[in-house]
Amino acid sequence: MARVVVDVMLKPEILDPQGQAVQRALPRLGFEGVDGVRQGKRFELEVAEPVTDDALARIHDLAETFLANTVIENFTVRVEDAESAQGAPA
Amino acid sequence: MTGSASGLGRIGVVTFPGSLDDGDAQRAVRLAGGEPVALWHRDKNLHQVDAVVLPGGFSYGDYLRCGAIARFSPVMEPLLEQARAGMPVLGICNGFQVLCESHLLPGALTRNDHLHFVCRDQKLRVERTDTAWTSDYTHGQEITVPLKNGEGGYVADEHTLDALEAEGRVVFRYVGGNPNGSRRDIAGITNEAGNVVGLMPHPEHAVETLTGPTTDGLGFFTSALKRLVTA
Repeated sequence: MARVVVDVMLKPEILDPQGQAVQRALPRLGFEGVDGVRQGKRFELEVAEPVTDDALARIHDLAETFLANTVIENFTVRVEDAESAQGAPA
Repeated sequence: MTGSASGLGRIGVVTFPGSLDDGDAQRAVRLAGGEPVALWHRDKNLHQVDAVVLPGGFSYGDYLRCGAIARFSPVMEPLLEQARAGMPVLGICNGFQVLCESHLLPGALTRNDHLHFVCRDQKLRVERTDTAWTSDYTHGQEITVPLKNGEGGYVADEHTLDALEAEGRVVFRYVGGNPNGSRRDIAGITNEAGNVVGLMPHPEHAVETLTGPTTDGLGFFTSALKRLVTA
């Protein structure tokens, strides 16, 4: 199996009150120097190998029509390789 | 339009898993003089209804995004087709979110800017009276109906907002304070043809004085029923 990761983030111009609430909590926890927080979503899709261009294109369509609402969100699609999946430096 | 045996206009109300206000929407249809028809999210046809209400609630637990999973329910396929052909469709709260997710209406609903769930009686100004759902109101009329949402902030890009204003597609605007950070105080909008209307506040909860703050919401349903009679 291979893992395809779809990251979804609110567009920069869309207000993210959840991210702001997280940021405002940071000083109380002793974290200083964080000037901004944006909260997003990460989807991990376990798919059969090999991940062909065609399969990636279909996942891109899936992300565009379902996982993200492109009116307010941007998304990226990438194949996670085995090394980075194990936490090794990419 | 398809007439029913009873001669009453038939207005379907869709129940998704997690819908809450389908019962009240059906009752509002009945009080307005229509015949409510319960539609199930897995129905593959609309049972010859003349109009459809997508009710409030938390379809599919609001998972992914509010309305995002409901938008792909089987019942939405014939609904989208008939809405594009001119059938009156009203989306209330979660129903409005479903209409935006399905791109029948532009824009999106996001988390209230103050992060609190809002539940209060809300004053609205009616700015369009020639839609399928607002003909029984007068232009500029102020109505009060309940509002209850956590993700009711209407957003769209500036170009879309300008186009909505220029085309007169803002149907309702919040009066007496913006409850959720909606751009330009927008509470409800319509499509180009005026048959599809979505709004966050709940007219179906304001149809009788025993349970509602007013009966201001009844006009939505009487408007649609009149349209069906004359169509």
